[in-house]
Amino acid sequence: MIKFVLMVNRQGQTRLSRYFSPVELSRRNQLEADVTRCCLSRKRDQCSFVEYKDFKLVYRQYAALYIVVGVTDNENELSVYELVHNFVEVLDKYFSRVVSSGSVSKSSRHRHLKLLFMVFSFLYFLFLFFFFNVYFFNILHLLNYSKMFWYLIFFFV
Amino acid sequence: MSDVVEKTLTALPSLLSLDSQPGATKLSSTSKLGNLIRGITELTSKHEEEKLIQRELVSIKEQVSSPNTSMRQMKELMVRAIYCEMLGYEASFSYIHAIKLAQQGTALEKRVGYLAVSLFLNESHELLLLLVNTVLKDLQSTNLVEVCMALTVVSQMFPKDMIPAILPLVEEKLNHPKEIIRRKAVLALYKFYLIAPNQVQHIHNKFRKALCDKDPGVMTASLHIYLQMIQENPEGYKDLTASFVTILKQVVGGKLPMDFNYHSVPAPWLQIQLLRILSLLGKNDQGTSEIMYEVLDESLRRAEMNHNITYAILYECVKCIYTIHPKSDLLEKAAKCIGNFVLSPKINLKYLGLKALTYVVQQDPKLALQHQMTIIECLDHPDLIIKRETLELLFRITNAQNVTVIVEKMLEFLRFNKDDFTTIDLVGKVAELAEKYAPDNEWFIETMNTVFSVGGDMMQPDIPNSFLKLLSEGFDSVEEDRKLRLFAVDSYVSLLQGEPGKLPQRFLQVISWVLGEYSYLKEELEAATVMRLLAKLLDMKNTSSETKTWIFMAMTKLCEGAAAVTVAQEVCEAYSSSLDTVLRQRAQELQHLSQDPELRARVLPRDTSLEPLEVDSSLSFLDGFVSEALAAGAAPYKPPHQRQEELAQAKALSLEPYGLSLPISMSSCSIADRQSPTLLSISSGLSGDSTDLSHKGGSTTLKLDGVKRVWGREGYLVQKELVEESANVEVPSPLRSPSQQEDTDSSHSQTPTPIPTPEHEQEKQQLASSLFVGLASQSSVCLMGKSEPTPQRFKRKAKSPSSSSGASDQMSNSLSSTPSTVDNLLCNNLLDSNITSQLVVSSPEQAPQLSQGLTAANGTCDVELSDSDVKRSSPSVVEDNSVVAADPAPHEDGPKDLSSHLPAELAGLSHSDITPLCSNQSLDISACHVQKDDSLLLVVFIYNSSESDAQQILLDLDSDELEVSCVCDSPVQEARSYSVAVCQYSLTVKRPSVNVELVGTFSYQFPVGTPQSVQFSYKLPLTSFIRPLTLSTEEYGMMWLDFSHDTKQNLTPISDGQEPLAATLNVLKKKLQLHVVEIIGIEGIVACRLLQNQPCLMHCRLHAGSLSMWLRSPVPDLPDCLVYHCQRALQEH
Repeated sequence: MIKFVLMVNRQGQTRLSRYFSPVELSRRNQLEADVTRCCLSRKRDQCSFVEYKDFKLVYRQYAALYIVVGVTDNENELSVYELVHNFVEVLDKYFSRVVSSGSVSKSSRHRHLKLLFMVFSFLYFLFLFFFFNVYFFNILHLLNYSKMFWYLIFFFV
Repeated sequence: MSDVVEKTLTALPSLLSLDSQPGATKLSSTSKLGNLIRGITELTSKHEEEKLIQRELVSIKEQVSSPNTSMRQMKELMVRAIYCEMLGYEASFSYIHAIKLAQQGTALEKRVGYLAVSLFLNESHELLLLLVNTVLKDLQSTNLVEVCMALTVVSQMFPKDMIPAILPLVEEKLNHPKEIIRRKAVLALYKFYLIAPNQVQHIHNKFRKALCDKDPGVMTASLHIYLQMIQENPEGYKDLTASFVTILKQVVGGKLPMDFNYHSVPAPWLQIQLLRILSLLGKNDQGTSEIMYEVLDESLRRAEMNHNITYAILYECVKCIYTIHPKSDLLEKAAKCIGNFVLSPKINLKYLGLKALTYVVQQDPKLALQHQMTIIECLDHPDLIIKRETLELLFRITNAQNVTVIVEKMLEFLRFNKDDFTTIDLVGKVAELAEKYAPDNEWFIETMNTVFSVGGDMMQPDIPNSFLKLLSEGFDSVEEDRKLRLFAVDSYVSLLQGEPGKLPQRFLQVISWVLGEYSYLKEELEAATVMRLLAKLLDMKNTSSETKTWIFMAMTKLCEGAAAVTVAQEVCEAYSSSLDTVLRQRAQELQHLSQDPELRARVLPRDTSLEPLEVDSSLSFLDGFVSEALAAGAAPYKPPHQRQEELAQAKALSLEPYGLSLPISMSSCSIADRQSPTLLSISSGLSGDSTDLSHKGGSTTLKLDGVKRVWGREGYLVQKELVEESANVEVPSPLRSPSQQEDTDSSHSQTPTPIPTPEHEQEKQQLASSLFVGLASQSSVCLMGKSEPTPQRFKRKAKSPSSSSGASDQMSNSLSSTPSTVDNLLCNNLLDSNITSQLVVSSPEQAPQLSQGLTAANGTCDVELSDSDVKRSSPSVVEDNSVVAADPAPHEDGPKDLSSHLPAELAGLSHSDITPLCSNQSLDISACHVQKDDSLLLVVFIYNSSESDAQQILLDLDSDELEVSCVCDSPVQEARSYSVAVCQYSLTVKRPSVNVELVGTFSYQFPVGTPQSVQFSYKLPLTSFIRPLTLSTEEYGMMWLDFSHDTKQNLTPISDGQEPLAATLNVLKKKLQLHVVEIIGIEGIVACRLLQNQPCLMHCRLHAGSLSMWLRSPVPDLPDCLVYHCQRALQEH
């Protein structure tokens, strides 16, 4: 079971967070700081799974952005690790499409891209999480399944 | 359709930006959300971010509460509020507006409103109630999008009490032509199942239909429900195994649409889900396991691509193979897979391999031997996580021979470890191992010393408690006890002479108790010396007052002889004026007792046997004092709750000052007598109840070393014959003595270079031989079929003869039912015939057939007694054929009529069919339940069809929901040949549930042969515990208001006849034994009670063709369960 998903940058600032079991806002800050510290301190050649209290953290780094998923102990860590990648791939596919369809001028494109990524990943995160109910498998299947994927956009935008 | 989608897509950017101006170019620069996000990305410090967000929140708050804000603006504000909340800043002011937006908005605004609600609120939030009507309205909408939104929010969260209101609507959506709606409806039902399982029990058949849906998405969604349900009750879904296998086969075979592929692996997460379901179904069940061997083999074969996700599937496969009934060639392949994992240079795979190995060694310890060198490398791995996982693995393979090395490794890890949680966990494990396998006294005491000093004050309090208990209870030999205690005293005295300031408080408490209790054993040690050492502890600054009371207690036990009394006097002087009242009390005690040796000997007798002191809990010895005081005009004693009530009634201001918070803790009080601080738990342990020791695992049971340990709580119990593998098992180097092991071990750990030179290689080999020493011998023992117990050091005195488990054969559950073959054929035919294009095709004419078949199979698997089975039987009807019919596998000479063996006093009462529970060799066990007015009795028949008498019969019943007590004074001990022994148990409900289940263990012994034990389970409906409750309408009214737990649901009344309400209530009365209090027009009130005396009241109202029921009870869950039974009773009618 997935307990929460965090997006943090290299400076340790939380960019996005989503909890699947209720956690009080006041406790989130502490938890996020702990979790971020756990993951950022690890080197590249070290294992991508960390123990934290009574659950496991699975993290994956994309340039300066870390995606951290908290899962219960009985979860298959490697499958969650790949799930994160699947999620990022879907974002990637979607954004490249949006960016090329927009008429952004070439010079400012790079700057825009970065911002776009943030805006869209946030919004996209919202849509995903709307779907992300209870379990994660089916959602990602949906994303894989392109017909469903269009539905998703159609219904949720 | 796709055109529309494409158009939507091109319009996306403008929609997404939530900007009023259309056009993709400007989206990010002008939108406020864009500004906010940009602002945050540009900031570097947390402080600045906080300021920015606070400013943002203030401005949102202003705009949100202004009446002029349009819905469109509101939508934009909501998204910003969501963003702030996601960053961890509270925006609770916007919650109510989010709900409003969902209620009043159109399309996109509504969408954002729902989104915000599902992100802001949690299940128990009170504002959620405001959403119910909106959801209801949207569910009935003709607009597909609105239905979709409503279903989505329902599957995210919904208030539990309101489920009945929307349940019919959601159920209806299961038949919707659009697959996305069907899928969402299934997910919504899944959510309902999670929060209120009783409410959706009647739609199990519809779940089956969803499983066979032609759309893979719907099928996937239904798997979540099945995983959950199978986890709770694997027996009930065995018949679906073939379907799951077929689905997995098709997925693995690539029959799903390409879109489901992830890096050309077909639907990996779906595969993992299915493998989990299969492993739950196949556990301890040979028949079911056989169905899945083929597909597991196929999965192993297909997953050979070199990608992470295939490894994730393989891991799940391996776990499954080792969980289900074993098959040798599959096991071999799985073992090879694990080998690939652990040998992989990729660290994530190594981790997963270790995890798999940890799981697998519970079943097959020899596998660890094959990978011993890898394990040793992992033990020195720079990554702590890998190290930690390796220790976990070692913990599982510990035995008496390798315990010293493994514990040494664990302690080494502990000394460097910084994480509290890991420390607590590991310390507990070390203590467990030390207690179980300690080779000698010195080692045990020293290990425990390290545990106490490393674990400090964080560790679980039961570790010191059980250590002290072990010391005080002693073992079988008196001489051994003495030696162990003496050694402990020795080691503690030397510790105190060193630097006691660094020791944690818990350890000091243990030390002072042991010294107080046992230092007399060491004759050359003077009491005064110990007293002085203890007094030094008292003077230290960081000693807590709890520890000080322990020290005082120890001193009181010790002060003997002039020198000691002098020390005691000094201490008393210092502390008799202490501000801490408990300390002062102890100091006074010490002072008095030290001056009066006779009194001290009486109060704290030395070296008494361990019999628990009689505690007069009613304080009857004070009776005289009380009556005197009452006569003198004192007020009678009132218990605290009564006082509080009176205080509340008086409603006066409490003028009393608040009570001082005295630092009195339980532990400091409980040492008041000379015996073990855990005295109370000892006495309860003596009463034959070992539950309080359960945490310590097998510490009370006999240890049979060399016998293959069956570790898993869920592990496979049947011993495997793995004769051919014994050839691989070899111990690389000869055994070494423990001291040499220690040497190699420590020298090895000191070598800093990670590159293994030949020398290191050799050291590793030695380490390996010491680590894995016990495993090879274990397997040989296993092969020879005889057990050779090595002496177990800390053998607790045997308390209950029944707890020896090692030698007795665990018979696997003979209840396990084979799915009906007809049903399997149906499934197979149906699923296989259409294998080509779609996953599960159910053509119109086949679908009802399938669901019928499934329905028929559903529920027949277990010994499930529905209430209709309970029949009124008079003695004359006893010869009826019911017993014969209930026996599915009649034994040649089984007793034809067990009901004649019913005790005479029960013969006239109504009882359920007598169901066979299990049979073993020549013993048949059957049971039925008898409904008495004031209780429910379970009658167990043991029929012995052999020549000889079965002896030492022990029947142990256990249940989560029930309390079981034996009725007879002396439980049945033996079953004579060719006769029936009858036991009676009275059952009481602890926690209501729709069906309650009993799990029993039956152990016995024939004059020739070893002890045997059999397990069985017995299920009975809650209705057997329901009795009518006779009361008047006024009483009903009074009680109604008092009860806190309630449930409402609409049922279909019985429509035949003139008065549907009366007819319906009559049916319920007849079937469920309810008492109809009164019927007034379209309303009726009914009452019943759950044994013993837990009332439940029902209010029924006929309204628009449906019967709305409202149940109230002081017992949680009872209304839910009753509603379910009412529903069933009416359906069956």
